[in-house]
Amino acid sequence: MTTIDNTPEIDNVPPPDPNAVSITINGRTVAARKGELIIAAADRANEYIPRFCYHPRMSSVGMCRQCLVEVEGPRGPMMVVSCMTPVADGQIVRTNTPQVKRAHEGILELLLANHPLDCPVCDKGGECPLQDQAFSHGAGESRFVEEKRHYEKPIAISDLVYLDRERCILCDRCTRFADEVAGDPLISFTQRGNNTQVMTFPDEPFASYFSGNTVQICPVGALTAQPYRFKARPWDLEQRESTCTTCSVGCRTVVQSSRDELLRYQGVDSDPVNWGWLCDRGRFNFQSVNSEDRLESPQVKSGDSFVSTSWADALETVARTLRLATPGSVAILGGARGTNEDAFMWASLADAMGITMRDAQLDDGLPTSIFSYSQATIDSACAGGTVILLAPDLKEELPVLHLRLRDAADKKRIRIIEVSSHESGLTKQAWRSVRAESGTTASAVAALLADSAVAAQLSSGPVTIIAGRANLAESADLTIASVEAVLAAAPTASVLPVLRRGNVRGALSVGLAPQNGKDAAAILEAAANGQVECLILLGADPMADVADADLARRGIAGAKFVVAIDTFLTQSAAHADVVLPAAAYGEKDGTTMNLEGRVTNVVQKITPRGTSRADWMIAAELADLSGHDIGATTLADVQKLMAQRVPGFGATTTSVAIKRDGVVVSMASPTRTPLAVTSAPPRNSYEFRLDLSRKLYDRAVATLTSPALAGLAQGASVCIHPLDLERVGAAEGATVRVSNNHSSIVLPVRASESIPRGTAVVPFNQPGADIRELIRHGESVVDVRIESM
Amino acid sequence: MARLTEENIRLAREIISRYPKPRSATIPLLHLAQEQDGFVTNEAMEHIGQLVGATSAEVYGTASFYEMFKFEPVGKYLINICGTMSCALMGSEELMHHAESRLGIHMGGTTADGLITLERAECQAACTEAPCLQVNYRYRFRVTAENFDTLVDQLQSGALEGEIPAHGTVAAVRQHIPADKGVGAVAPEDVTEGPAWLDGKAAL
Repeated sequence: MTTIDNTPEIDNVPPPDPNAVSITINGRTVAARKGELIIAAADRANEYIPRFCYHPRMSSVGMCRQCLVEVEGPRGPMMVVSCMTPVADGQIVRTNTPQVKRAHEGILELLLANHPLDCPVCDKGGECPLQDQAFSHGAGESRFVEEKRHYEKPIAISDLVYLDRERCILCDRCTRFADEVAGDPLISFTQRGNNTQVMTFPDEPFASYFSGNTVQICPVGALTAQPYRFKARPWDLEQRESTCTTCSVGCRTVVQSSRDELLRYQGVDSDPVNWGWLCDRGRFNFQSVNSEDRLESPQVKSGDSFVSTSWADALETVARTLRLATPGSVAILGGARGTNEDAFMWASLADAMGITMRDAQLDDGLPTSIFSYSQATIDSACAGGTVILLAPDLKEELPVLHLRLRDAADKKRIRIIEVSSHESGLTKQAWRSVRAESGTTASAVAALLADSAVAAQLSSGPVTIIAGRANLAESADLTIASVEAVLAAAPTASVLPVLRRGNVRGALSVGLAPQNGKDAAAILEAAANGQVECLILLGADPMADVADADLARRGIAGAKFVVAIDTFLTQSAAHADVVLPAAAYGEKDGTTMNLEGRVTNVVQKITPRGTSRADWMIAAELADLSGHDIGATTLADVQKLMAQRVPGFGATTTSVAIKRDGVVVSMASPTRTPLAVTSAPPRNSYEFRLDLSRKLYDRAVATLTSPALAGLAQGASVCIHPLDLERVGAAEGATVRVSNNHSSIVLPVRASESIPRGTAVVPFNQPGADIRELIRHGESVVDVRIESM
Repeated sequence: MARLTEENIRLAREIISRYPKPRSATIPLLHLAQEQDGFVTNEAMEHIGQLVGATSAEVYGTASFYEMFKFEPVGKYLINICGTMSCALMGSEELMHHAESRLGIHMGGTTADGLITLERAECQAACTEAPCLQVNYRYRFRVTAENFDTLVDQLQSGALEGEIPAHGTVAAVRQHIPADKGVGAVAPEDVTEGPAWLDGKAAL
């Protein structure tokens, strides 16, 4: 008989967690951590406590008093607000006693005293925490018989958000969000006592890029979003969880539709990514999918106009062109707007046909060598240490990444060092913020890192470099040079690449990266020289997006045959010989990859418009017609092939459909080509260095075709320092001539102290005169003259 | 009727420097703005926001909490008649009726010449002297209809010019703390010692 020794070895016993406490909720023992709030511990234990103001992603304020619970104290049980009371070891909490029930009923009666109870005509009805909890925790009857409070309603507090003050229960969620999370405290409690109300400053709207989140977190129907007002009832909505592909942050969303029409996106809390937040552009550009202007059938150029045709005809035309093309004369641009499956199938088709000219970026991104550095994630960047920003204004380009960094800096977890040519949305949060004229960033970085305080900060913890094209009129090599300058001082630093388009990292990773250094600019140059017989635009619009407008124009004109696969007849698609309608976001299943390399799923919620189909299907059809067997006829086939062929994909990524947070794929690192040391030419003192940077709202197709967002682009202008404005001799708002030896355009001028002298900031792709006429690919920086007219 | 004047900007900077955090100066600056224009203008609130690093909405949220900040023009003299218990028992209701007919305006209104605004106020903590009123927050006790008429006559003739400054003026003598007499703007998180009166004992 053997005795099994069950006594664990002393070494294996983990030391007791000094932060662990044990509390009792309704008689059950619950493990909690010091500092945790009772309501959070109760949530984990599935003991629901009613609440309105408490939100796990914001600080607690104890505003609504709905979450009262009973806690055993030295003088017997007492009522405490569970969203403001931290747990303590041995604490005894009760949430279901008659006293607690009475308190909950009393608070609800108070909150409802002035509430209009107009649920039948309220958009929130059916998904309203106030309605739901009035039923589950309320008394059912009110003793209030007097006249209720009346306000003018609803009032538009911004172009997107409407406020009904009669429904408001003053929980402070929207105002807290605007202040704490978004950093745009443009709404505030005003007046006092019975007249307390949420309001903006007179004539200053709640124009925050994040305003839609306040609608989502409003626990009553006080805030409604203009695009969804009176569109549907919650019980008529069907929803599927997906990923937003508006930018490369990849926020988790639910896509909601009714009667086969997209009606709303809501943020979903993905802990490593978006924490439930969305930017307004991502939240409201679903309207674009429903646009009247969508392409519905294949189009073939006949003379100067397009004629609708069948898929069979259109595909045969394209396949014939591909068959007859001289080897090495076909090029593919784009793929970053689709799914990984789309990009993979096109890459497979390109491999089968020997197409080497391909690029998922449009001369506006970073070389793929950016993936060869140690890669950071959003969480690793926000966890601690130093974050060095060598990037465009993240508030404009990757708004939810901006929120995550802002939060980490506000909570003093990280220190931000920013090197930029003008102030950004994170300048106020930055520990050090240095102005460096475009073209001089690398030397400014080197000078900054020589500072002993900065060096001490870098060596005190992990360093993350957030690198991207801050200025589209500046060569990408200069961005890489700045990254190298940081790595010279902090060799263990990791890099988070700022890539704009939704699935650009995915497209580059699954096979649409440039080969032999032949990138979009080189491809367009080749096309301009007549060396491209067939140019395939995969959701790409070079004429709108390539910084060198002249190059894009010449490239499209020079290509002998242009195929555009797109959802809209874009500027470039209008020059195509064949246009194939593509299924849009929400119309196809698949996976996408965000800037971290995180693979998550995107889902089909509605039927594709007209006869449009997913990009991968078009590639599969073309392969078939051209006699190449790729071996994939269903999405499952494509995913299986992708798992086999793309390093890093595989079992982990095929399971993402069921994982909210997705999987970060570690890719084989691409070889890094040694960087030729580039330095920008000095600027003449009478000229301005051009800084071409993106704004959240521009002439992007999905923004333009979303009625709620179309009017929000600020318009083209040139912005300079007030003293420079004086030197130019122009008044604010007057028009000035901006010129260099390539071209000359006329723009309204504005002054801002956030821009250093000698720099001229022009937003990219805005309605109005196009600054891209002054830009030529290959010039590392662009200098311009500004003259008053 | 606008942003703060050059002189008031200088004063505003001095006031801001007294506090560890600029936005702590919001309310003193609102008084300054009200003194300048007689009421708080939207332009002044925007300007104050710029000076203290807050949005206009935050300044407005703070300002609108307080009854004594006015956002519409008021008369040179603001007469607050108390309507709370003691004064009500001692005839403030009749006094208000008298005031309305004497000035030809309703409570809350301003005379056509812009001289006097009439308001009903909550308890002014002078219950033993009921009914009472305030003229630009200067007390008048045990006010009768005759007293009130005399007061209005004096205000109209300018006899009280020296005693009662125009609405918005907080004090006839402006507070000025010389730089060397101030305690300085020490941020709360940098304070390591307790106040002198605690005498080294721990608080609470």
